[in-house]
Amino acid sequence: MSTTETIPHIEVRNLSMAYGDYIVMRDLSFDIHRGEIFVIMGGSGCGKSTLLRHLTGLLHPAAGQIFYDGVEFTGADDKDRNHMLRKFGVMFQGGALWSSLTLAENVAFPLEEFTDLPKEIIQETVELKLALVGLRGYEEFYPSEISGGMCKRASLARAMALDPDFLFFDEPSAGLDPVSARRLDELILQLRDSLGTTVVVVTHELASIFAIADRAIYLDVATRTMGGLGHPADLRTQSTNENLRLFLNRGMSGSQGPHDPATGSPFASTAVPQQR
Amino acid sequence: MCLRLAGHWTLGAVSRPSPTVVQEAFAKGGPLPTTLRFDLVDVTSYDTALITFLLKCHDFCATTKTSFDFDSLPEGPRKLLHLATSVSVVEDVRPHLPPQSFLTQIGVWAESIATETVGIFRFLGDCTLAFGRFFTGQARFRWSDVWLEMQHCGADALPIITLIAFLMGLILAYVGAITLGHYGGLIFIANLVGLAMVREMAAMMTGIVMSGRTGAAFAAELGTMKVSEEISALRTMGLSPIEYLVLPRMIALFLMFPLLALYSDFIGMFGGLVVGMSMGLSYSQYAQQLISAVDLTNFSVGMIKSFVFGLIVAITGCMRGMQCGNSSASVGLATTSAVVSGITCMVVADAVFAVIFNTLKM
Repeated sequence: MSTTETIPHIEVRNLSMAYGDYIVMRDLSFDIHRGEIFVIMGGSGCGKSTLLRHLTGLLHPAAGQIFYDGVEFTGADDKDRNHMLRKFGVMFQGGALWSSLTLAENVAFPLEEFTDLPKEIIQETVELKLALVGLRGYEEFYPSEISGGMCKRASLARAMALDPDFLFFDEPSAGLDPVSARRLDELILQLRDSLGTTVVVVTHELASIFAIADRAIYLDVATRTMGGLGHPADLRTQSTNENLRLFLNRGMSGSQGPHDPATGSPFASTAVPQQR
Repeated sequence: MCLRLAGHWTLGAVSRPSPTVVQEAFAKGGPLPTTLRFDLVDVTSYDTALITFLLKCHDFCATTKTSFDFDSLPEGPRKLLHLATSVSVVEDVRPHLPPQSFLTQIGVWAESIATETVGIFRFLGDCTLAFGRFFTGQARFRWSDVWLEMQHCGADALPIITLIAFLMGLILAYVGAITLGHYGGLIFIANLVGLAMVREMAAMMTGIVMSGRTGAAFAAELGTMKVSEEISALRTMGLSPIEYLVLPRMIALFLMFPLLALYSDFIGMFGGLVVGMSMGLSYSQYAQQLISAVDLTNFSVGMIKSFVFGLIVAITGCMRGMQCGNSSASVGLATTSAVVSGITCMVVADAVFAVIFNTLKM
């Protein structure tokens, strides 16, 4: 893969996110390169999923811009936007499969909508995509008939249906058992290696972060902005941000014990909303 | 001061002293004790009840600046109490809500009406644009969805519509028979049933049934899809949920509603016939009277209404579904509000129609 391009694959410039008057994060600026696995990490409620919703166009930024291949996404009109969205694949936290369609129909849907492929080819593609996520044989099941973890995997199959340039994952391993979570990590790596897909993952699973991330951004809930950007292993030892080091060390900062020494509580002060 | 506790300190224990006992002991006068110690040797069993008591004592000590002697507690309660008191009470976490004056409440109410109105117009605007694209052949949706919805809101509704319309005709005929029978004009129940069904009751009763059946279903379906992010999934593919989900439902209901209303016209008349024949009228008398009483104008009055009512049910159902929040509770609210606003709008529209048709002498 070539990382020497002058135009970043995804560029986020001075992005501020807000719900009404409540500012979630401000002044986020970062680039994501082609073929990179980029992890958005942070504590619960810091705005990870909100950032993903901005990247996928479900929410509009309070300020700032997002560019894909140098083309502005945030200010584009509906037609251009929809055109850009065709290159996206999104896996939602709960799967978000259409409950009135079977798994096969769910995966076939984007193919039927956006390609003129004949029925047999579509059917073969659907079988392949479901096989990739280990769901071969479940084609005729409805989402309500399978487990939550299987829904997530089927959702990934749907996201991959059109071989998208960009794959977005919202908490892919949440609710999965360790083996399935590991399998999913490997699948993500293979997708990147074989198809060169750019992958953006929202997660707080440390094992996943260290296994797959080329680079990661940490959203710091205390300062309401970016707390660090880089390879997670480097960030763990070299970051100047105390919260980020705590996060990547599972609450253990260097030689200190698991408890916040000031209070003796395992619920360190990071969990407490800061005064604003 | 040393507090000696004894016996069972469990939630199920019959009588436990309340923490106010300590407070009263402190308030008795005299100099405040400098430390509060505990002797729990005689406590035979304890659970949350003991810890809550101790926590209250701790809070009380904090306000009176009495030192609380953790070391006098046995290990179990001490650790729990440490855990409970280690992070100080977080102030200002909840948004600060001052008591609202009457004027503020009116303002808040007016503001919510304004946002509601904007929401309605936005939805109607989106729908108009979607229908614009539909008529120019640019809308992306599946005809299979339309057929499926037509089956759901049309064919599947036939049994309940049959029952309601038949009973409606029956009821109208009996009400008519009470008065008309006195004057020997029993035959005029054909006029009453025919006119009432065709002009008013068929459209209205179909509307109420469809609002409770289909409007509520639309709101619940779309609301649940919103909660489970199925609508977001459509959006991130660059597909419009209005075109994909709302358009087929609206088309289906708009086409099926008048057919159902027409169907219930005839079923209602049949209900009247059953009553008439049970009271001695013959089939041909009834039919003749009916044909002379109900003309095409009356039919068209009912049909115009049923098109509008169908639109109202479809719009309120879909709108409440699309406006649904992100929790399961809001799906319930969306469903309720779809039915309530649907029926209300229909009655209002019916009143407007009554005035219009009266003016037009229809």
